[in-house]
Amino acid sequence: MHAEKRPQSKPRLAVYKFASCDGCQLQLLDACGRLLELAERVEIAQFLEASSRVDPGPYDVGIVEGSISTAEDRERIQQVRRDCRFLVTIGACATSGGIQALRNWGQIDEFVASVYASPATIDALATSTPIADHVPVDFELRGCPVDPGQLLDLITSLLLGRRPRVPSESVCAECKRRGTVCVAVAQGIPCLGPVTQAGCGAICPAHDRECFGCYGPAEATNLVSLTTFYEKRGTPRERLTKLVRGINGYAPAFREESDRLESADSMRARP
Amino acid sequence: MHADDRVVQDTDPLRPTQGRGGPAVGSWVWLPTETLQPLIDVLRTDGMRVIGPQVADGAVVYRDLAEAGDLPVGWIDEQDGGHYRLQHDPEAGFFDHVVGPHSLKNFLFPARETIGHFLREDGTWRQVEDLPEEPPLAVIGVRGCDLAGLAIQDRVFLGGEAVDPGYHRRRESLFLVAVNCRRAAATCFCHSTGCGPAASAGFDLCLTEFPGRFACEVGSERGAAVLAKLQEKVPLIACTDSERAAAAEQSERLEQAMHARQRVAGEPAPRSLNTEGIRDLLYDNLEHPRWEEVATRCLSCTNCTLVCPTCFCSSVSEVADLSGDAVQRERHWASCFTLDHARMHGTSVRSSTASRYRQWLTHKLAGWIDQFGTSGCTGCGRCITWCPVGIDITEEVAAIRATSPHDEGA
Ligand code: SF4
Ligand code: SF4
Ligand code: SF4
Ligand code: SF4
Repeated sequence: MHAEKRPQSKPRLAVYKFASCDGCQLQLLDACGRLLELAERVEIAQFLEASSRVDPGPYDVGIVEGSISTAEDRERIQQVRRDCRFLVTIGACATSGGIQALRNWGQIDEFVASVYASPATIDALATSTPIADHVPVDFELRGCPVDPGQLLDLITSLLLGRRPRVPSESVCAECKRRGTVCVAVAQGIPCLGPVTQAGCGAICPAHDRECFGCYGPAEATNLVSLTTFYEKRGTPRERLTKLVRGINGYAPAFREESDRLESADSMRARP
Repeated sequence: MHADDRVVQDTDPLRPTQGRGGPAVGSWVWLPTETLQPLIDVLRTDGMRVIGPQVADGAVVYRDLAEAGDLPVGWIDEQDGGHYRLQHDPEAGFFDHVVGPHSLKNFLFPARETIGHFLREDGTWRQVEDLPEEPPLAVIGVRGCDLAGLAIQDRVFLGGEAVDPGYHRRRESLFLVAVNCRRAAATCFCHSTGCGPAASAGFDLCLTEFPGRFACEVGSERGAAVLAKLQEKVPLIACTDSERAAAAEQSERLEQAMHARQRVAGEPAPRSLNTEGIRDLLYDNLEHPRWEEVATRCLSCTNCTLVCPTCFCSSVSEVADLSGDAVQRERHWASCFTLDHARMHGTSVRSSTASRYRQWLTHKLAGWIDQFGTSGCTGCGRCITWCPVGIDITEEVAAIRATSPHDEGA
């Protein structure tokens, strides 16, 4: 990042981190060659992963990584929203609460006690929730992590004022375009591809394993049909619940389905 | 068969065929299984990219083929709704598997293709002619249903006023070594659509497998020319009339067996499709309750359309670099099962799964007849096998037919 003054007309970009692993911001950094090109066209006013310099707001575009996991985060996001004309959230944490939202089904104190050496130092909310649960969000970019190509397309789209080119189809569409043999059909592996939004390029099935839903529920889904079919083919319900309750487990469509599977399970368990 | 060929055959059927042109179009010769490798070599030496069936990732797929040893000899496939498993069968020959997830579509109408490249210089757009040269394709192992699918895609991409240039280029130079099926999967229903199990037309060479050798029918001048080159490496023996008849009988026997197939408990149900009056049957039942019922199972996942050898929908996007001065025009497979496919002015006109499934089925089996003069279904069964929840086109049609308020026979 250059220190010299940028012309006023350049859109100003700020990147924020909430509860997350930084993987999505790294995707932005990873796209390095193109990032330099990006830096010519926008003023990167705040991106701590890349530079410790923070220029004060307001900003034209705010990119938020991470979920709301502490009381402090809950306050901070309000200011972020006020500072940014467009607010876009990136990654599973920011768009659905992330893997840390697994605690939404458990007892926070138990988790804290079992994970941290000195639980008293931990001040966390009982839930991990997506940014859109707290402030209005202009666009959500899914993925764990997000795809660098999609991220740059999103930023370019904001600059050009067009709709971002983000597919709403299922992972299966990418899987078939890639010519991968379906792991569900040919190996009986329960795969979430049919109900998951495309974006990753169907990487996992190409490496002989199931899709586990990194891009969250596809626009048109039918989870009940899929899990019912897998269960009939012999996958235990418990395994299906775990599969659906994963990285994007707190996304509404996935959340409802894992709750349904679990409640049907407990109903069945009753004599 | 043509009278001329018979004369050639009948004069001395067992004499090795000779002459510059090799065996004539319409004639039959024996290819011992060892000649598959020299056949591949001849095609490759001719500058062709040879594709053939091979076992990979638990299925028989089409891949680049250099070694005849990579062909799936000894493998058969069990197929059912949402189910595909390879089984080793010591009795099985080179081509006793049937169709896998790939079809000729993957090569002639590729899943992704750059169809244009544009640059903006000094405010003016210029098209750059830098699309890569592709070698001609030779595909070994295509079935009757594959050839039927190709003939249907020909109508789509070449039949109208707008000819697809990429498809046209690849199609013109395509060399096809077909295979007559000796075995059908439970999901195969080409006997209902008239597309198989024999490969009746549209090939350059066609193989019927016998123990240790193939009876090879010459289907085109190009096929004859390839055999002429093969003949320089290995002597070729003509088939006798009775041997030709035995080959034809093998396909007929399978076809009859397919018509007579019965459900056996514990085994995948054999599929068939009653195509009688199917166009009107579907058009008359656009409000049939079955569409809602299938929508409770359908995932809108697009698999059925993308594996279908005849589905041709695509989406084109202009992919610009950050500067916006260099644009690639990319085309990729699309599907009527996505909301985007029918999105207009921000809203999808086919927002329910029922409406999307109905669109697919009625287009495939009825609309195509109006649009292209042919059904869009070859009976290959791919959409049944590769649907993750095993939705079955034949079952859906049968359910509508069984309860059609408009069908007298109901
Ligand atoms: S492997 Fe998974 S993503 Fe790929 S087609 Fe099968 S179900 Fe869909
Ligand atoms: S549908 Fe017919 S032609 Fe196609 S693979 Fe099956 S048996 Fe062969
Ligand atoms: S509709 Fe199904 S059975 Fe018919 S050609 Fe397409 S994939 Fe094959
Ligand atoms: S019919 Fe099957 S393969 Fe086709 S979209 Fe529905 S669930 Fe997917």
